[in-house]
Amino acid sequence: MDNKVAAVKMRDITKTFGATVANDKVWLDIYRGEILALLGENGSGKTTLMNMLSGIYFPDKGQIFVDGREVSIRSPKEAFDLGIGMIHQHFKLVDVFSAAENIVLGLKGSGRLDIDEVAKNVKAICEEYGFEVDPYQKIYDMSVSQKQQVEIVKVLYRGADILILDEPTAVLTPQETDKLFAVLRNMRDLGKAIVIITHKMHEVEELSDRVAILRHGSFVGDMLTKTTNAQEMTNMMVGHAVVLDIDRPEPKDPKPRIRVEGLTVRDIEGVVKLDNVSFTANSGEILGVAGISGCGQKELLEAIAGLQPIESGSIKYICDDGREDELIGKDPLSIQSLGVSLSFVPEDRLGMGLVGSMDLTDNMMLRSFRRGRSLIADRKTPKKLAEKVVEELEVNTPGVSTPVRRLSGGNVQKVLVGREISSAPTVLLTAYAVRGLDINSSYMIYDLINKQKEKGVAVVYVGEDLDVLLELCDRILVLCGGKVSGIVDGRGASKRDVGMMMTRLGGAANE
Amino acid sequence: MNKSRAPLIHITKRKTMPWYCAWGVRGAAIVAALIACAVVTMFMTGENPIAIYAAMLKGAFGTTRKLWILGQNIAILLCIALALVPAFKMRFWNLGGEGQVLIGGLAAAACMICLGNRLPSGLLIAVMTLASIAAGAVWALIPAVFKAKWGTNETLFTLMMNYVATQLVAYFVIIWESPKGSGKIGIINQTTGIGWLPQIGGQKYLLNILVVAMITVIMYFYMNYSKHGYEISVVGESERTARYVGIKVERVILRTLLLSGAICGVAGLLLVGGTDHTITTTVAGGRGFTAVMVAWLAKFNPVGMVFTSFLIVFLGRGASEITTIFGLNHSYGDILTGIILFFIIGCEFFINYRLNFRKSAGKEAANV
Repeated sequence: MDNKVAAVKMRDITKTFGATVANDKVWLDIYRGEILALLGENGSGKTTLMNMLSGIYFPDKGQIFVDGREVSIRSPKEAFDLGIGMIHQHFKLVDVFSAAENIVLGLKGSGRLDIDEVAKNVKAICEEYGFEVDPYQKIYDMSVSQKQQVEIVKVLYRGADILILDEPTAVLTPQETDKLFAVLRNMRDLGKAIVIITHKMHEVEELSDRVAILRHGSFVGDMLTKTTNAQEMTNMMVGHAVVLDIDRPEPKDPKPRIRVEGLTVRDIEGVVKLDNVSFTANSGEILGVAGISGCGQKELLEAIAGLQPIESGSIKYICDDGREDELIGKDPLSIQSLGVSLSFVPEDRLGMGLVGSMDLTDNMMLRSFRRGRSLIADRKTPKKLAEKVVEELEVNTPGVSTPVRRLSGGNVQKVLVGREISSAPTVLLTAYAVRGLDINSSYMIYDLINKQKEKGVAVVYVGEDLDVLLELCDRILVLCGGKVSGIVDGRGASKRDVGMMMTRLGGAANE
Repeated sequence: MNKSRAPLIHITKRKTMPWYCAWGVRGAAIVAALIACAVVTMFMTGENPIAIYAAMLKGAFGTTRKLWILGQNIAILLCIALALVPAFKMRFWNLGGEGQVLIGGLAAAACMICLGNRLPSGLLIAVMTLASIAAGAVWALIPAVFKAKWGTNETLFTLMMNYVATQLVAYFVIIWESPKGSGKIGIINQTTGIGWLPQIGGQKYLLNILVVAMITVIMYFYMNYSKHGYEISVVGESERTARYVGIKVERVILRTLLLSGAICGVAGLLLVGGTDHTITTTVAGGRGFTAVMVAWLAKFNPVGMVFTSFLIVFLGRGASEITTIFGLNHSYGDILTGIILFFIIGCEFFINYRLNFRKSAGKEAANV
């Protein structure tokens, strides 16, 4: 290892945003023929560091060497010229263009564009590394995993041999993840340098050759993956010992709380998003919802919360005394005022659920500001609530009058969840509650959800990490293309089976 | 390239600046603007810039009468800008202030002309007030209904409503013209003074100023402390969030635009019933649009808008004074106003961002 020349050497890299130090004198080496996993909690500066390598940000201080030569990377184009390419978490593709068109987009060339020539080159790259991309297929026809492959091919087409992937598996099923890993290993064996940013320990262990760990913007250390383990890496990331088990208390006295029957929902374009979905959510129980993204999870939660027009079916709320209330046809406000409290943690935290430019106090008010007959809005109670949430959930914020947009993802999520559970709900709907959160914050959220369950709340947990779903949930509802593929018991279900059910109705049983 | 070079200038976002620094930057911007104006003035006209500034001050504050006119102009401009605030906070770009003022004024004039001989003055004024407010509110409500129900573009719609209002006024000016053939209405009820808003303490403009001062305070509290104000901000920031917490977005849009139009209607009433006692198509005089700038410059803070409307009216009055005294073209006043506004708006960039210049090579080496 010592005789290898580092493909990229970063030395004393410092970057600040206003008062926040995102990176503080970070050292990082990236080698060819190696997969490096970059680990760190939310806000530890992983993405910032990689953005500086790919020309999106420019470091305040420090030096970057590529193949031993000092360089300055002032734009993504200069990064490409040095062979550095980044695949971002959010794909940057034009939907109505084909794969090949997206791949050549922005490249200089002779006056005439020969798309067949491009397609041939794309095919060659695909064959070399094992991608399955049809150059003529339009982006809007592609699955998430195919789009991701197009992004990777795009970077390779531009001649990159240092690839950075920002949380590439966040949107993939286990099977797709395996495929991606196979391709990445291929690329490594062909001498590319690969950096992947991730939160998932088991992926680090499975895929990477070396790990580098950042904590609060500083470089903590790097080591060979085979000489370490998940526990040690987590402790280094967090800075103290963490217990890596999720509790799953037995449900106490579960009773039906929400009964959904034959629910069918179409979106604005008339596409069926939910097709004849039926299930029951019990009090004191966590019902997980698994599925590839866009399989109707969002519509399901929005339908229960009264935000989604429904084509047919029924959603019944069952009170403690056995009385049933039909929720369909009620607006969110009347669902609340009926005494039916649905706490909905939406998928898109800042776009829905919180107002980014408002401070913590004003965001706490969103649920409660109508209380009382006075024309003047009460800000004292929400302020107290905000202070309580900050203290109890250890929200990292300068104060309760800071706009939530300035907080990091984990803290934003804590504010939202804190507000939602403060109203003592009987049903808690959560969507991707830990998306983008680091280990420490994630475990805190699992803990909060478990506490709600113990209080007798019926929790519906839409998640994307199957490992977590299998550890946390009592039962798991698997959606596939808007249909119920099956409901399995969280205890004893295997990841492989659930993965199969996500991609095919009924899963392995139908094979 | 064998040596790494940082970009010449790179821009970074500042941490929040303390308020006194921010106001320091704004003050410096005004000083810089005045210096720039002085240089331009000397260069282009050869006049002494000090004398020009003195003339501007005299034009705005020179006599008691000029002070009252300054106050009146600030009041009307501020009134229209205040009307726009709730709509703008909701991200509803109401560019129809002009038309809403005109139609409010037209309603007041109609009452004065048609009911002048039938109702006692006190009752007539009450009817005028209601009519103006209703007319302005309806004029704003029409685009709001279309926006709320069908999501039409409110910017174009409100803009078009201005032309409709102007044409309506033009039509009624011909119908009610007096004397016949003059093409204008002339002073309504000149002998009787029926329907004229009362003068307080013998001052023609005091009532207008007091009414607008009251609206300013009420608007400040409405936007910052009331539940309605809170709903407006939520709808403006994120419609999805508003729906998610059960705010009826359509209702908030309609309610807010009713308010916005109603205050424009009041501005029309003050202009027609309080000062002009007649109506022309230019009674609003472009203030429906200037008000947009007043509101934005103060970031929709009603108290800040008192200052921005003062600034704009002062610049306008001062500029027209120098054009008469020095015999300059009227455009020259506009040039100066433009320079000053450029500096004031531009300085916000320096409040939010910091420029980092590349260090010189020697310094860089010393740092390594």
